[in-house]
Amino acid sequence: MRHPIDILRFNTCGSVDDGKSTLIGRLLYDTKTLMEDQIEALERSADITGGGQINLANLTDGLRAEREQGITIDVAYRYFATPRRRFIIADTPGHVQYTRNMVTGASTANLSIILVDARAGVIEQSRRHACIASLLRIPHLVVAVNKMDLVNWSRERFIEIRGQFEEFLPRLDIKDVKFIPVSALNGDNIVTPSPHTPWYEGPTLLAHLETVHIASDWNLDAFRFPVQWVNRPNNPKDPALHDFRGVSGQIAGGRVCMGQKVMVLPGGLTTTVKQIWTFDGLLDEAFCPQSVTLVLDHDLDISRGHMLVGADNPPGASADVAARICWMHPRPLQEGRKYLLKHTTQTVQAVVVHLQHRLDIGTFEPASTATELAMNDIGAVRLRTAKPLFYDGYATNRLTGSFILIEPGTNATVAAGMLLSPVEPFRPEDADFVI
Amino acid sequence: MKNYHLDHLQYLETEAIHVMREVAGEFERPCLLFSGGKDSICLLRLAEKAFRPSDIPMPLLNVDTGHHFPELNEFRDRRAKQLGAKLIVRKVEDAIAKGIATPIPGEISRNRLQIPTLLAAIEEFRFDCCIGGARRDEEKSRAKERFFSFRDAFGQWDPKNQRPEIWNLYNARLNPGENMRVFPLSNWTEMDVWEYIRQEKLEVPTIYFSHRRTCVRRRGQWLPVNDLVPPKPGEEVRELTVRVRTIGDIISTGCVESPADTVDDIIAEIAAARVTERGSRADDKASEAAMEDRKKEGYF
Repeated sequence: MRHPIDILRFNTCGSVDDGKSTLIGRLLYDTKTLMEDQIEALERSADITGGGQINLANLTDGLRAEREQGITIDVAYRYFATPRRRFIIADTPGHVQYTRNMVTGASTANLSIILVDARAGVIEQSRRHACIASLLRIPHLVVAVNKMDLVNWSRERFIEIRGQFEEFLPRLDIKDVKFIPVSALNGDNIVTPSPHTPWYEGPTLLAHLETVHIASDWNLDAFRFPVQWVNRPNNPKDPALHDFRGVSGQIAGGRVCMGQKVMVLPGGLTTTVKQIWTFDGLLDEAFCPQSVTLVLDHDLDISRGHMLVGADNPPGASADVAARICWMHPRPLQEGRKYLLKHTTQTVQAVVVHLQHRLDIGTFEPASTATELAMNDIGAVRLRTAKPLFYDGYATNRLTGSFILIEPGTNATVAAGMLLSPVEPFRPEDADFVI
Repeated sequence: MKNYHLDHLQYLETEAIHVMREVAGEFERPCLLFSGGKDSICLLRLAEKAFRPSDIPMPLLNVDTGHHFPELNEFRDRRAKQLGAKLIVRKVEDAIAKGIATPIPGEISRNRLQIPTLLAAIEEFRFDCCIGGARRDEEKSRAKERFFSFRDAFGQWDPKNQRPEIWNLYNARLNPGENMRVFPLSNWTEMDVWEYIRQEKLEVPTIYFSHRRTCVRRRGQWLPVNDLVPPKPGEEVRELTVRVRTIGDIISTGCVESPADTVDDIIAEIAAARVTERGSRADDKASEAAMEDRKKEGYF
C-alpha cells in the first residue's frame, strides 16, 4: 500500500530583485528536480548572457522576451515532488504593473510565499502582495526574508522585519503566517537547515511546504453542483441506457449522498439523487471537488448553467450583487458599462451599476470618489445581472463566490471578481420573482 | 470519520474532467488531438470519464507527418475503433502536394510542416477548439500556457497577450475564425502520466517498452535505423535494447537504452532519470527558444 500523496499549490511573489526566480531555482535544484539537460541548457545560456556564471533564475524566466528584459512577464507554472507531496508553483511577477498576474497565479493557491529583501525590509510591494493574498483568501502565508547573508545573518534584522509585517497583519484576513530567514542564492534554510541561523528554530521552507495542513482548504459544508453538461446517450447499444439522463459537473461545495434531497436552481423544485454515476462505478457519496454525473428522480428541465444545491442549505439568489474586483485590462472600468459575467457554469450580461470605491492596497483603506478602475486596481462595485446568480460569499466558498468579467466584442477577460456574502438565502416561494 | 480528501492523481483527474466538460459545454465544434502517444492516451481515458455513458462528443484528429513510427499508427487506429470514436487523419504529405505546406530544401523534420497541416484541418472542419495533451512541465515556454490557450485567426499564440486565467473560470469566447487550444493535462508531470497509465491499466504502444532495435549514433543520440534514417558512411551502428521516452518523428526521436519492459519499470526509471523527456528530441534542441517560436506560428 503506497502512502497517498497530495498536491500543494503555492505562488511566489516579490519585487523584481527580491530573488524570487532564484528561490524557485534553488527549490528545484536542491530537490533534484533539475535534470542534466536543463543544467546543460543553463550553462549554454550562462556562456552567452551571464559571463560564465550559472544563473538559477534562467530556469524560470522561460520566454525569450523575459530573458532579454531580465524580468518575469507572466505566470509560469513549475512542478516538483518530494516523497511527501507534489508541488505546483505559480511563479508570479512582483512588478508593480503586474498585479493581475499575481491574482491569476494566487487564485488557485493553497499558500503564498512573499519574498522580502532583508536589506530593504517590508516595502509597499510586500504590503500589496499580502493584501492580495488576503483578498483572495489564500489560507497560508510564508514570509521568506531573503538575502540574510547580506545582513550578516542578523537575528535583530529578522525580528525587525517580522515586526514591520506584524504591524499591518491584523488588518488582513490571514490566519496562518510563517516567517523564515533564508538565502535563496546559497540555499540556506530552503531545503537544508542553515548553519548561520542557530537562533532560528522553525522548519526550512521545504519542510514547512511538506507539512502545512491543507486538507480543510475545500468547502465541505453546503452542497453546490453547477451543471456543466447534460449527459444523455444518443442511441445507446445498451438497452439499460435508453432512458439514461444525467447531469455532469464538478462539485463546487459540500457533499452529496444517494437518496439525498436536492433543489434545482433556478425554479427551486426539489428532487432526489437516484444515482451518483462515474465511469468507475456508482458512488454512495461524493464530495467537493469530485467530478460526477448525477441521475435524478424526476425528469426536470435542467441544462448547463443551472445549479443543484442542498435543499436545506440554499445559496443566495440575486441579480443585484456586491463584489470586490481586480481590474485586469488597459481599458479602465467605468460605471454603467455592460460586460459578460461568467460565474460557475453560467455566463450572463452584467452592468456595473456603481463603483463604490477603489481600495488603496498600500494602506488597505478605501480611497473613495473613484470614477474608474485602471489596470491592476482593486475596487468595490455593485453589479446588476440579466439573470440571477446563485452564489455564496467568496469568503465562504471560493468556487461559488468568484466570477470573471469579459468585455463583449474583444472577449478579453477584464476582471476577477469576489462576491460579498448574500444578504439572505434563496427561498423557493420567491422563485417567481427571481426568474 | 470519513476522509474527504483527494490524492494527487484524483485531484489532477477531476481538474481535467472539469476542463473537458467545459469544452463540451462551451464550444460548437471541438475536436481532440490524438496521436497514440502516452499523453493523448490519458486524454482519451479522461474523455471517457467526462462523458460516459454517452459517446465522446467530439471527433479525434491526428496530423500524420508520414514519419510516424508504424506501431503508433496501428495503435491509434485500433484505440479509436475500440472507443467507437470518429478518427480524422490529415497527412503532411497531402498538405505538401496541395501546396499548403512547403518544405525548406534540405529540411528533414516535418515538425514545422505539421503547423499548416493542422491549421488547414481546423479550417476544413471549422473546429473552434482542439483539445491537446501538452503539459506545462515539458518545456520552458509551455510553462506559461493557459488551460484555454487563445489563438488568433492565423492560429498564432501571443505569449504577452494571454487572457488571465483565474480560479477554474475559463473564458471560452471566440470571434469567427479564432480558435482555442485546450490542455486538460496542463498540471500533469511525466510521472503523473505514467502513474495514471498504471492506475487505469491503459494500453500504450509497444515502443515505450524495452525492445531490440538497430540504432545509429547521430548528434549524441541513438536514432532508429529505417528507410528515412539510413546510416551514413562512418556512422556507428549498433543493435541495442532500447525504448522511446517521448514519441515524435521517427527521424528525430532518440531511443534510450533501457531494460524497462513494464509500466512499473518505466516509473522506476523516470524516478531515477537524470535528463528530461524532451532531452531526447532533437527538434527542441535547435535553439533555446525553439518551442516558443513554433508555438507562436500555431504549433500546439
